[in-house]
Amino acid sequence: MSGHSNYIPKTGIERWLDARLPVLRLAHDSMVDFPTPKNLNYWYTFGGILALCLGIQLVTGIVLAMHYVPHVDYAFASVERIMRDVNYGWLVRYMHANGASMFFIAVYAHMFRGLYYGSYKAPRELLWILGCVIYLLMMATAFMGYVLPWGQMSFHGAVVITNLFGALPVIGQSITTWLWGGFAVDNPTLNRFFSLHYLLPFMIAGVVILHIWALHVTGNNNPSGVEVQSKADTVPFHPYYTVKDGFAIALFMIMFATFVFFNPNALGDPVNYVPADPLVTPAHIVPEWYFLPFYAILRAVPDKLMGVLMMFGAIAVLFVLPWLDTSRVKSLRYRPTTRMYFFIFVVACLVLGFCGGRLPDDRVIPGLTTFTLLDADLNSMVWLSRIAAAYYFAYFLIILPVMGLTENPLSQPKSISEPVLSHSAALPVGAAASPEKRG
Amino acid sequence: MLRKGLAIAALGFALVGGSAFAAGTQEEPRTVAWSFNGPFGKFDRAQLQRGYKVYREVCSSCHAMHLMSFRNLGQKGGPFYDPEYPNPNNNPYVKAIAKDYQVDDIDSETGDVVKRPGVPADRFASPYPNEAATRASNGGALPPDMSTLSKAREGGPDYIYSLLTGYGEVPAGLEVPEGKHYNPYMPGDVSAFWKGKGHAPVGGLIAMTPPLAPDKVTFDDGTKSTVDQQARDVAAFLAWASEPKMEERKAFGVGAMAYLLILAGLLYVSYKRIWRNVAH
Repeated sequence: MSGHSNYIPKTGIERWLDARLPVLRLAHDSMVDFPTPKNLNYWYTFGGILALCLGIQLVTGIVLAMHYVPHVDYAFASVERIMRDVNYGWLVRYMHANGASMFFIAVYAHMFRGLYYGSYKAPRELLWILGCVIYLLMMATAFMGYVLPWGQMSFHGAVVITNLFGALPVIGQSITTWLWGGFAVDNPTLNRFFSLHYLLPFMIAGVVILHIWALHVTGNNNPSGVEVQSKADTVPFHPYYTVKDGFAIALFMIMFATFVFFNPNALGDPVNYVPADPLVTPAHIVPEWYFLPFYAILRAVPDKLMGVLMMFGAIAVLFVLPWLDTSRVKSLRYRPTTRMYFFIFVVACLVLGFCGGRLPDDRVIPGLTTFTLLDADLNSMVWLSRIAAAYYFAYFLIILPVMGLTENPLSQPKSISEPVLSHSAALPVGAAASPEKRG
Repeated sequence: MLRKGLAIAALGFALVGGSAFAAGTQEEPRTVAWSFNGPFGKFDRAQLQRGYKVYREVCSSCHAMHLMSFRNLGQKGGPFYDPEYPNPNNNPYVKAIAKDYQVDDIDSETGDVVKRPGVPADRFASPYPNEAATRASNGGALPPDMSTLSKAREGGPDYIYSLLTGYGEVPAGLEVPEGKHYNPYMPGDVSAFWKGKGHAPVGGLIAMTPPLAPDKVTFDDGTKSTVDQQARDVAAFLAWASEPKMEERKAFGVGAMAYLLILAGLLYVSYKRIWRNVAH
């Protein structure tokens, strides 16, 4: 998309088209000839996997919408009708429901990869921020999609989450009423959630285009964090990364298929197969697994408004990350101390996810009652989530800014090829240029 | 490797988080070696037929299954499927079952409400006309609709089997209120009714009286009609009713997995070949 184009139209039709609307040139420059660092590892395959996830969700979702009825009296039964009477409806619905989880697995891997290799740093700040926008849209879409089957957890999840906005001072109550389209979660809420659940994925697709555009301006980051210096550092996207991404996608699909065909309800809550009943509240209201870390942060704060602000703050902090990390070294490979803090950060996120699925008063170590300080039981999930949440914010607001100024990074290679060529198994430079002629 | 590790760890946490709610307040359901477990599992047709009979003669007097139609019994994978009748509406067994019920209808000539014998397209008859009538007849309790029961409970068929066979002696010190029954597999909290020493027992109170009894249902295939057998069979039937397309899904899945494994293998070989000459 940027720089010189190597596209040569071969046929008359291609030449005709190229002079009028160079879409084939665009496709060639961004998906075939695009120079890509040659040292990308499997962590870099999640971009392609995510594109596939979005495609699967769009296609299955459009088919589901043909059969789904967005009405409080019929929604649950219409979903079950899809499962029972629509040809391959079970396949479409289970792909869509598990697809959401797969989407989040991939996006979390993609984000942790970006954090580790410093993919958010100059000149890729906007690329990162666009990614954060996609993530935010994904969360909104997933939440509203979960409400649509109108099971018990759909309904009560919607009540809990929409009520969060009621914590905002002055305008809170008006916002909730506006979201609900009434004075409680009811049919108008379901209708608008269905409408927005259909709209947002196309907005995601739009931002994805911007995300890829921004990527193709700056080019890929890479595990060494050193920018591309010369042609020796890169290989054309096709066939090198189409085949590598393709292989990773196949592995990912195997995991996806394991859930869809052999354990389709493992990631969902059984309570959502009970039709929604506003008068019966489930014993434990929990969101889907991908929201659990944020749910834990929300519950870690005793004050409702502060909890809501902390929860949204946990996402907001990602947007300003490019300016919080003061180090000029991108990859944590060359920042051993920060790397250690990064791994603790990953553990903190997993701990938050774990706490989010448990009751706040559950004991961390069962049977141990002595860890009580004043009136606080430190051996409880709520205290564990407080510690993990504190680390989550400290990582972004204290550790990254300070480490960039104080840490002495290891020396970085001069170029991407340098560490490769000094490797004992190195082959002559230029071997990468056209392997298709050698094979 | 790291990537896979993380994905698996994330899933692991999700699963731990998911199963975490079940722990604590009630007995873990006993695991049964169902014929439909595992990627190649199939329903045992004879067991589904027995299970249907238990449902029909015992459960259906209080529990509705409003998502089920008689035709479902004769569809592929159903208890009375007959390859001779690919359209379950023609299946004579299903027609005979449906005909035993009198169904409300509107006379198209007069517009009067009339009764007519059921056809395979009709839904299973509900025992009560509405929720209020259901509660009035059951001491205020609402017997849940059983169409999706098996997938709506933590533990699925294991839970249903355990609950049905789990009624036993009430622990000394537990004062069970009138119209309720103690069951260790029922989620709940009995501490308010506990007058004994130490911790209140796990489990909860359930409004359903122990529904099964030896020989309460006569099995046409000669299977001995114990409580355990009836519970197993009806749990299997409910598992089928929750997921009538499970056999189709698993068969499809085996094919899909074979395809994906071959595809992954081919892509791996291509990847190795294309990257052979690149130092990276």
